Amino acid sequence: MSTVAHKVATEHAQKTVTGNCGAANTALPDDRGYYGGFGGTFVPETIMPALEELIDAYRRFRDDSDFRQELQYYLQHYVGRPSPLYFARGLTEYLGGARIYLKREDLNHTGAHKINNTVGQVLLARRMGKQRIIAETGAGQHGVATATVAAMFDLQCAIYMGEEDIRRQSLNVFRMRLLGAKVVPVTSGSRTLKDAMNEAMRDWVTNIDDTYYLIGSVAGPHPYPSLVRDFQKVIGEEARRQIVEQAGRLPDYVVACVGGGSNAMGIFHPFIEDGGVNLIGVEAAGHGLDTDLHSATLSKGRPGVLHGSLSYLLQDGDGQVIPVHSISAGLDYPGVGPEHSYLKDSGRAVYVAATDREALDAFKILCRTEGIIPALESAHALAGAVRLAPELSRDEIIIVNLSGRGDKDVHTVAEEMGVSLNE
Amino acid sequence: MNKNTLNSRLATVLKEALLRGEKGLIPYIMAGDPDLDTTVELAVAMAQAGADVLELGVPFSDPVADGPAIQAAAQRSLASGTILKGILEAVGEIRRRSDIPLVLMTYYNPVYQYGVKQFINDAARVGVNGLIVPDLPPEECAELLQAGDASGVDLIPLVTPNTPARRLEMIARRARGFVYCVSVTGVTGERNSIATGLPAMTSAVRKFTTLPVAVGFGISTPEQAAETARYCDAVVVGSALVKTIAERAGSSELVLAVARQVRELKDALTGREVKKIDTAI
Repeated sequence: MSTVAHKVATEHAQKTVTGNCGAANTALPDDRGYYGGFGGTFVPETIMPALEELIDAYRRFRDDSDFRQELQYYLQHYVGRPSPLYFARGLTEYLGGARIYLKREDLNHTGAHKINNTVGQVLLARRMGKQRIIAETGAGQHGVATATVAAMFDLQCAIYMGEEDIRRQSLNVFRMRLLGAKVVPVTSGSRTLKDAMNEAMRDWVTNIDDTYYLIGSVAGPHPYPSLVRDFQKVIGEEARRQIVEQAGRLPDYVVACVGGGSNAMGIFHPFIEDGGVNLIGVEAAGHGLDTDLHSATLSKGRPGVLHGSLSYLLQDGDGQVIPVHSISAGLDYPGVGPEHSYLKDSGRAVYVAATDREALDAFKILCRTEGIIPALESAHALAGAVRLAPELSRDEIIIVNLSGRGDKDVHTVAEEMGVSLNE
Repeated sequence: MNKNTLNSRLATVLKEALLRGEKGLIPYIMAGDPDLDTTVELAVAMAQAGADVLELGVPFSDPVADGPAIQAAAQRSLASGTILKGILEAVGEIRRRSDIPLVLMTYYNPVYQYGVKQFINDAARVGVNGLIVPDLPPEECAELLQAGDASGVDLIPLVTPNTPARRLEMIARRARGFVYCVSVTGVTGERNSIATGLPAMTSAVRKFTTLPVAVGFGISTPEQAAETARYCDAVVVGSALVKTIAERAGSSELVLAVARQVRELKDALTGREVKKIDTAI
């Protein structure tokens, strides 16, 4: 049996024995921003009034009909929602097991799910009267999605990006600059996503009055994990409706990649109360979980505090955050959103990991079987499906969240294949 | 009014300085930069040079409240192999040689991994008097505050220029030792001028507490210290000292240079005329 199917089956059997059926409370977080024991607001005092202001604004506008209508308008006409749920016949036949459907977030404007969140938050920022937007980015997808909405609404925009990621994702860096954003190279620490987030927080502390910090994942201090989830859960709401229309029933598995965890939370959340739907998050195992070169936070970390919340964290024995690795710049993060930690500990979701090699293989398989070039992040979710599908029958259904397209990764993949694109 | 005003050694020492007609000086250095043996020597020398309270930084991989000078110091400290347990041992060594009140400034995760109660027990035992945890707002501080109160380790809160009155009240209620006013919205580091909103901020804080009020972030020269001290009871100087340590690490003059810098800062806080001294050796 494959690792994924085995892990899910084993955990399911354990739950049946212990009577813990993996139920999870979808009404969380509580007033203090906690999901069970995870979450909270671990930030400098300077930031606290800004978080209170954001909580207040979000409460006011979340159910405001003008806000909902405006958001709906931009999601439909600007982002291009709803995104298709596509039955991947070629991939299904190739793997010879469960039927695989792809939720095509790669077809959104800017090429990934990230824009669902940036459209929502920029509308909020405008209502709060903010003139300047800052964001962190890893692969550059969130940076591009932020620069895009800032351009649309004529707001100042600064994107913090690790020097190492700037090198890996030069195409996205240029896209951000074309869109009028200032891309600020981050040279501290490991020069990747976590350091970009540190630097964005330092900017926010310094320019707290006029600046809106547009966090791109379900991480950070309360209310960001719930705010970002709420703007991303349109993915799962559509997918749930679409699979019932197309297949006449709910899926058996929903699979998504997890770095910080926003695309996974977006597709998982509307399925949490559907007990028969297995939720599987795929982290980046890098060179392997038994090496030091991975970013599989939920698989290998333990609870700790980073970037404003208490959640699983990759750290050493003294509480120092350790360097992480993934071939995918968007998964290269030592933390994870607190609601994922809660879903893991409650047993409602299961988290596995795929190596760089498995992700590259899945990347190539999707190119050849479906004519779709996936993002390397999404290729990790596909790698989960590649392992899982052959163990299941044709009657079973897997939805894979295809969170982004792979144009940005073509250089990285070429490098891995030993192909030079510059000659 | 605060129940812990009277039995706090930090509060007592800072109030005694005021009674002598001085303002308090709280120098900050990063523990383990360049190594813990040097930290002990620096601490003892700073105490002898007139510091009223010492603040030792605990290095963290992701110090979001710190500017470039202290980030670099944390990196140097971690590179030299500093761990929290080692810092507590160094505090014990400082305590054997000096009775100066001592405060640790640490991000929350190293404490959380050590175990909050275990950490407070060990810190109290070696002679730590207080803690400053820049990423632990009042909303999250209950466990650490309770453990600290039980062992006589003060949890010193930070307030910032944008802290509204209702939060000041909430923070002051939980304050122990002294209240640390951050002079600017921003990270640690030297600045050219003193924040204009400072008098209003410290007087707002005094409406809610009788604890001493210290001001830090951005104060580097004796002149800035003297100017700032007009509006508060004590001044924290960090990045300027950390910079001296970075420049002179490994030199036999390091301890002397830092002690002289501390002496000049303290002189500026005792009402004596600030003399321009050529610090070149």
